[in-house]
Amino acid sequence: MIRSHILVCGGTGCTSSGSQKVIDTLNSELAKNNLQDEVKVVMTGCFGLCALGPIMIVYPEGAFYSRVEPSMIPEIVSEHIIKGRVVKKYLYTDSVDESGVEHDSLNDTAFYKKQKRVALRNCGVINPENIDEYIAYDGYEALGKVLTQMTPQEVIQCIKDSGLRGRGGAGFPTGLKWDFASRNKSKIKYVCCNADEGDPGAFMDRSVLEGDPHAIIEAMSIAAYAVGACKGFVYIRAEYPIAVHRLQIAINQAKEYGLLGDNIFGTDFCFDIEIRLGAGAFVCGEETALMTSIEGNRGEPRPRPPFPSDKGIFSIPTMNNNVETYANIPQIILKGADWFASMGTEKSKGTKVFALGGKIVNTGLVEIPMGTTLREIIEDIGGGIPNGKKFKAAQTGGPSGGCIPASLIDTPIDYDSLAAIGSMMGSGGLIVMDEDNCMVDIAKFFLEFTVDESCGKCTPCRVGTKRLLEYLDKITSGKATMQDLDDLEKLCHYIKDNALCGLGQTAPNPILSTLKYFRDEYIAHIVDKKCPAGVCKSLLQYKITDACKGCTLCARKCPVNAISGAVKEKHVIDPAKCIKCGVCMSNCKFGAIIKE
Amino acid sequence: MSKKSTVPFRGTKEQEEKLYEVIEKYRNIDGPLMPVLQGAQEIYGYLPIEVQKIISQELDISLEHIYGVVTFYAQFSLAPKGQYQISVCLGTACYVKGSGDILNKIKEIIGVDVGECSSDGKFSLDATRCIGACGLAPVMTINDEVFGRLTVSEIPGILAKYIN
Repeated sequence: MIRSHILVCGGTGCTSSGSQKVIDTLNSELAKNNLQDEVKVVMTGCFGLCALGPIMIVYPEGAFYSRVEPSMIPEIVSEHIIKGRVVKKYLYTDSVDESGVEHDSLNDTAFYKKQKRVALRNCGVINPENIDEYIAYDGYEALGKVLTQMTPQEVIQCIKDSGLRGRGGAGFPTGLKWDFASRNKSKIKYVCCNADEGDPGAFMDRSVLEGDPHAIIEAMSIAAYAVGACKGFVYIRAEYPIAVHRLQIAINQAKEYGLLGDNIFGTDFCFDIEIRLGAGAFVCGEETALMTSIEGNRGEPRPRPPFPSDKGIFSIPTMNNNVETYANIPQIILKGADWFASMGTEKSKGTKVFALGGKIVNTGLVEIPMGTTLREIIEDIGGGIPNGKKFKAAQTGGPSGGCIPASLIDTPIDYDSLAAIGSMMGSGGLIVMDEDNCMVDIAKFFLEFTVDESCGKCTPCRVGTKRLLEYLDKITSGKATMQDLDDLEKLCHYIKDNALCGLGQTAPNPILSTLKYFRDEYIAHIVDKKCPAGVCKSLLQYKITDACKGCTLCARKCPVNAISGAVKEKHVIDPAKCIKCGVCMSNCKFGAIIKE
Repeated sequence: MSKKSTVPFRGTKEQEEKLYEVIEKYRNIDGPLMPVLQGAQEIYGYLPIEVQKIISQELDISLEHIYGVVTFYAQFSLAPKGQYQISVCLGTACYVKGSGDILNKIKEIIGVDVGECSSDGKFSLDATRCIGACGLAPVMTINDEVFGRLTVSEIPGILAKYIN
């Protein structure tokens, strides 16, 4: 008889901070106390609070331990598991109120209170490597319902009515996509799952695949039934080994249970799924490039038409959806289109998962109803900006997206509101920046990324992005003129209008949106030759203030001997020699060195 | 893009047998090239021209096409990796927390640029995209070990363990 379950997060974030060691120590400690038959350790998917990993929850109490180290385990086992006394000092501080009383439910903590988990509902709840746990949480019930009680047309109508839009970034209505695919009369069709999540700083899809892989298999089967496909491909980044491993386990288990293969649920529906690994090319997240890559070619996009729904993988009509889009499907079938459409805003239904990162207290994975404001995400869920700094901007949509400045922090997060202010929903990366981040430098960072990842097929992207980067280099090194700024902007619009695929067309967005909201910062770089945030090295000057006590430490630490001064007298930095490495500033014990 | 290897090819008989097994496994699927290249890189650690030639012959795909594919994807390498593979994450979250400075410090200490392997075969250095450990930013990995919440001043100490 199992009297207690210990859930330990096995997502990539917590694995990196050592959750496997925690699990091993737990198991050996439990065995030492002869508790292995009473207490079960379960490795789950992501809980979302990656900044506090490794995370461990003990049920039935629901005690939420954070930053768990193997050295804490003996105490937790002997106090909590054996004697029933929760070890409060190791609990997630926000799950305990001031008087030391635990909240009844995790959902009362600030991090979880405003979240609504639909796509992530099983992440951190079930063991992703055990199909029985998925089935116990209504798994494969939606597939059964679809196959035995619904026609393909009814399924498509249900998805249409739900208002679900593609979660990969562009937001195309999913039901409509399914409808197009179903109209093609070809006897052989494929469905595809795009798990080539490449935005730097985004890990939503990975967490779904790691935490709830069966949901994707079930959803792809439903999609295949709706559009009349016989085979599915999952194209997944090879950089996600845990996700690949668990998805393969899930596929094998589904085959064993007859949930993949021939005559599923005793009907004449047959469906199988194959995993194909990416090899590290951002452009392969573009669907035609993805298909070219599966075929064994350089992952270059191709012009449309023909659309994938007519000519997809190996020239077979193919319908492609993103991981998170699929993750919503079984719930929509089970709970109904109305239930899904009741969440969110008028034109953006349901929830969206964001990977919250950058200058924010609660780095991690959050799922919110569409229409939640950026302020709620950053201040309530995210816990605000660390070190008392001021919020400056949030970046969504990665290298294709734009930024939301502090003045628009009350913008509701949905497809249309974000597009209206020049940003985009994107796949779900949400990077928070504070006053120490230079917006020109951020734009340059994203352009470096696109230049690196441009496949080279079309000239506007291959050559154009490189020129954009050169302009930005000029600006950040103080060599640009106002004419350059005009030319930069013109080139941005030219590339937007002329590049072949989504990667090129959206590549100028990080520049355009920072220009829109932070033009004064660009001008400061160009006219005043200053970087207001103090990031761009060539525009910085280190100076020693009157707070200097003349301790000589900085002069001794300076690698190029640029600092001079007598003992107990104020020192001086020679700007001609200074290489702006910042060693003096980080070593000064009196805060006497500033950069401006 | 990875640099051309100057290290002579030292493939063994066992590795070649394994390569043929991989080729057999995928020969009959649609689009066998990517999985075969991935399998081959797992066996040899990189994809020298000698290995590409075998794949070209067996799958009846031109060497030019294979070379084109190998050089397109960041994950395929024409150069061998070092005994210690250092990867510094340059994803957005790490970057805004200063991973660029971490990378520069490492370059300075081991004297190797991104995408290169040191001449003694000890270190190779890569700048990677987001590895998903944004909660630990800035992050680097040395082989399978993860180092998080790094500061530039910690780098010499961490590397010293591997240098000696």
